[in-house]
Amino acid sequence: MEAHISLFVKSIFIENMALSFFLGMCTFLAVSKKIETALGLGIAVVVVQAITVPANNLVLSLFLKEGALSWAGAPDLDLRFLGLICYIGVIAAIVQILEMVLDKFFPALYNALGVFLPLITVNCAIMGGSLFMVERDYGFGESVTYGIGSGLGWALAITAMAGVREKLKYSDVPEGLRGLGITFITAGLMSMGFMAFSGVKL
Amino acid sequence: MAKNNVLTDPLIDNNPIMLQVLGVCSALAVTSSLQVSLIMCVALTSVVACSNFLISAIRNQIPSSIRIIAQMVIIASLVIVVDQILKAYAYEVSKTLSVFVGLIITNCIVMGRAEAYAMSNPPVASFLDGVGNGLGYSVVLVSVAVIRELFGAGKLLGITILPTVNDGGWYVPNGLLLLPPSAFFIIGLLIWAVRSYKPEQVEERDYKISFPVRY
Repeated sequence: MEAHISLFVKSIFIENMALSFFLGMCTFLAVSKKIETALGLGIAVVVVQAITVPANNLVLSLFLKEGALSWAGAPDLDLRFLGLICYIGVIAAIVQILEMVLDKFFPALYNALGVFLPLITVNCAIMGGSLFMVERDYGFGESVTYGIGSGLGWALAITAMAGVREKLKYSDVPEGLRGLGITFITAGLMSMGFMAFSGVKL
Repeated sequence: MAKNNVLTDPLIDNNPIMLQVLGVCSALAVTSSLQVSLIMCVALTSVVACSNFLISAIRNQIPSSIRIIAQMVIIASLVIVVDQILKAYAYEVSKTLSVFVGLIITNCIVMGRAEAYAMSNPPVASFLDGVGNGLGYSVVLVSVAVIRELFGAGKLLGITILPTVNDGGWYVPNGLLLLPPSAFFIIGLLIWAVRSYKPEQVEERDYKISFPVRY
């Protein structure tokens, strides 16, 4: 249990997806103009991340790992090189299914999150979560914790960014820096702030 | 003429990172050393060019309702090839790049160019567009990496240019440049520089002051 709590805290603050690994930057910079939309996208990322990381973990341990296919009579088969295409397939399929399920059973939620779901398939934070899970050899339980934690970390970062940008829009920024330039520099300052967490030992 | 534009436009006039805000993730993460970023540029440029070519070659056969999945499969297969080649011939570098080679799949430049250009243009032009955008990405990546490695560690490609104090030289390295946030600042300042040079790229204000202001 303790290991899970420390993994959870670590994935939110110390190894924040957006601000220490720079994943999901494209959406991070493009959709952070308003707090409400940023929050909506953040929640969608948490949901998708919490489902896809464990799902990809199952795909890895049941089909791709060396010896995982021994039930099918191929104990020496190592299909890990097919990993990338499988993970992205799983992510795309889950996002699609999630969209349909939300549309059918939770129309209110669908109206709030619907526009963001297609964006999420190509969000590197989602794919990155699955790849980190593979690289660090997480078990199923750990991958659930990691999925939720890293999703929350990303949501936290984009909401904070949107808060800063909402105020920033009234400031007098030098011409060439206006828009994208100042956004990068703000993100850099936030990332420096998050570096303070790297001193935390868990 | 048209082909020339396709190849050179994305370098400064329509740079994928600085203007279209695509593919920023890897630009920030892999730039702490020049060697790694060069390999990343080669990998990305070849994937963009080949995927643009292939997608454009079969663009009339892809039903539009499943085009995203079809593009995804082509891109993912190409990335697997690149990943395997790197693992076979440059294992050390592939360890440093870790997940970022895999993340070329979700790199917005690849998807963005496939969707915006390859789906409506013939194969050869799409190939050139891919090379051009890959080069535009490389220009930003390499310049950020040069600044970071030269002033952060006093080296370029592992060769000492500015001898640091620790090795008995005179240069006191700026440690911040080796840390992740510096990439944000450098790209932000690069954007500033390019926009001062090309004022038409400056963005509009989000608001207007509607009453006379006295300073």
